[in-house]
Amino acid sequence: MSLIEVKNLEKTFHDEKVETPALRGVSFDVDEGEFLAIMGPSGSGKSTLLHTLGFLDRQTKGEYKFDGKTIDEYSDDELAKARNEKMGFIFQTFNLLRRTSVLENVKLPLLYSSVPESAWEEKARKALDSVGLSHRLHHEPSQLSGGERQRVAIARALVNNPKVIFADEPTGNLDSKSGKTVMEIIQKLNEEEGRTVILITHETYTAEHAQRIMKLLEGEIESDIKVDHRHKADDFLK
Amino acid sequence: MNIRHLLKTSSGGLKTNKSRSVLTILGIVIGIAAIIIVMALGQGAQNLILGQLQAIGSKVIAVVPGRQPTGPADIIATFTDSLKEKDLESLENKSNVPHAVNIMPVVFGSQTAAFESETYSPTILGVTEIFANLYNIYTADGRIFTEDEVKSYADVVVIGDEIKKELFGASDAVGEKIKIKGRNFRVIGVLNKAGQVSFINFDKVAFVPYTTAQQYIFGIKYFHRLAIEADTEENVPSTVAAIQTTLRNNHNITDPKKDDFFIETQASAMATVSTITGALTMFLAAVAAISLIVGGIGIMNIMLVSVTERTHEIGLRKALGATEADILKQFLLEAVLLTAIGGIVGIVLGGLLSLGISLLLSHILGVDWKFTFPINGALLGLGVSALIGLTFGLYPAKQAAKKSPIEALRYE
Repeated sequence: MSLIEVKNLEKTFHDEKVETPALRGVSFDVDEGEFLAIMGPSGSGKSTLLHTLGFLDRQTKGEYKFDGKTIDEYSDDELAKARNEKMGFIFQTFNLLRRTSVLENVKLPLLYSSVPESAWEEKARKALDSVGLSHRLHHEPSQLSGGERQRVAIARALVNNPKVIFADEPTGNLDSKSGKTVMEIIQKLNEEEGRTVILITHETYTAEHAQRIMKLLEGEIESDIKVDHRHKADDFLK
Repeated sequence: MNIRHLLKTSSGGLKTNKSRSVLTILGIVIGIAAIIIVMALGQGAQNLILGQLQAIGSKVIAVVPGRQPTGPADIIATFTDSLKEKDLESLENKSNVPHAVNIMPVVFGSQTAAFESETYSPTILGVTEIFANLYNIYTADGRIFTEDEVKSYADVVVIGDEIKKELFGASDAVGEKIKIKGRNFRVIGVLNKAGQVSFINFDKVAFVPYTTAQQYIFGIKYFHRLAIEADTEENVPSTVAAIQTTLRNNHNITDPKKDDFFIETQASAMATVSTITGALTMFLAAVAAISLIVGGIGIMNIMLVSVTERTHEIGLRKALGATEADILKQFLLEAVLLTAIGGIVGIVLGGLLSLGISLLLSHILGVDWKFTFPINGALLGLGVSALIGLTFGLYPAKQAAKKSPIEALRYE
């Protein structure tokens, strides 16, 4: 059984007058431990797909099964709980809370979890350690470089030990060197920790870090192929 | 999310925008402070008046001629001449009013008193020998006039402290003669400095036998007032009833609505005063409360701005697992915290200001104005401000909770 099963998924946005179809029936599976890159030009529906897969939005038609249960069986609060416990999000714009320390930012998902408070500090420190930021615990995001900020966001995504990491253009706002570091970390999460990763990008180079690339065009799957020559992360963490 | 983290999150949200938070609560601070000041001063004024009334004594009943004023047009009716010598005699009859122990007729007015080249305009109170007991005042020098002197229309006077100082300075007054309305009165006593008691400043009063006052000073045959003391406080109501019956008989009145006199007791006067000052205080507090509503709208306004500004944060929190209820609680608590802080600051500020005003009033008016902190007002203020936070915070908080996480994350 796959972790993610999508069948004929459709999403249409309703404006006052206009109906804009974003997804026109996509079907695919993602196995546990897979690293999938979704590519496509703007308006191809890749962000919409990621939002639906990440329980941030519901589909208009079709079926989405996560971990053996369809999204329609979840109430809004249960979706929130699932996002908190099973999913981690990494955004292009980092989305860290300003004037809040790195450590507190990483603790944020734990605030909404059932994890006892006594365990928060250790979990957050461990997550920051795994992205190589143990020396920045009490800095504020504004004092960090772009690459460091994205690594804080990755630590935040990791802190509650999720099954899936959703990354929406994680290197889009970074220079190539920081981007590379971030991709190394993401790859390591997938390979060493066995987490499922679903990544959106429009850069072929970035996408080629994944095992599989799915290309979307105008709300439909254009291609879904295995990556033959994956880019491997330099072992910067060693 | 437990309450402690909710508090931490909400207070963190407020700290991020410190100056705005401070400006936002200003309306609440002013509103609550105004309510506290109004209530503290109202309470102080009421205590002052009640204190004066208490000095009259709880057993003393005042019979006043005329109809009790119920409106501006009735004021004139209070100056009538319905209480006569005949009424005094009937009331002194034990079979009519069994529990009356002392009855003192009173006439009063203002006249000029002169000693050699000095003049002074005291209040002349025509009374009987029991006045010192009734009003609880004592002579510093000399004596009070006797029953015989009252009966014999004696030209004697007991003067207050200020009159003595104005007319005689440091020299002895007792034995000297002062001129009131062309008649010589022998000063037989000087009172202790007493100050303001039961609305009369006894330091400015000259006491003469009422008989002399009626005959030679005012030229009247009626009384301005009858002061009647009951034997015990419990017998005050029955004595009031007995006085009413006796006077109605004397005046041939069958319909109590047509009474040409009315009766005041300490209890009734206190009740009247409490009602009036209480109503005034409530009215002023209600006016002050309007500023609270304005302050509440200010909070709602700023909270709405804050929700829009922090759309991104809301989206992020939701993406990370916050439920609608979590977001609602966070923003609602921010509003309640704002108003509660405003309420506390307002209470402290109002308390300090009213203490200052009380001291100032004591100093300027020369009265014993006691400062009482209105605990009721403070509790009311806190409750009202928290309620305002809840009421005016609910709409913005709902707006925040309703935001869809993707819409919120997209918002730049």
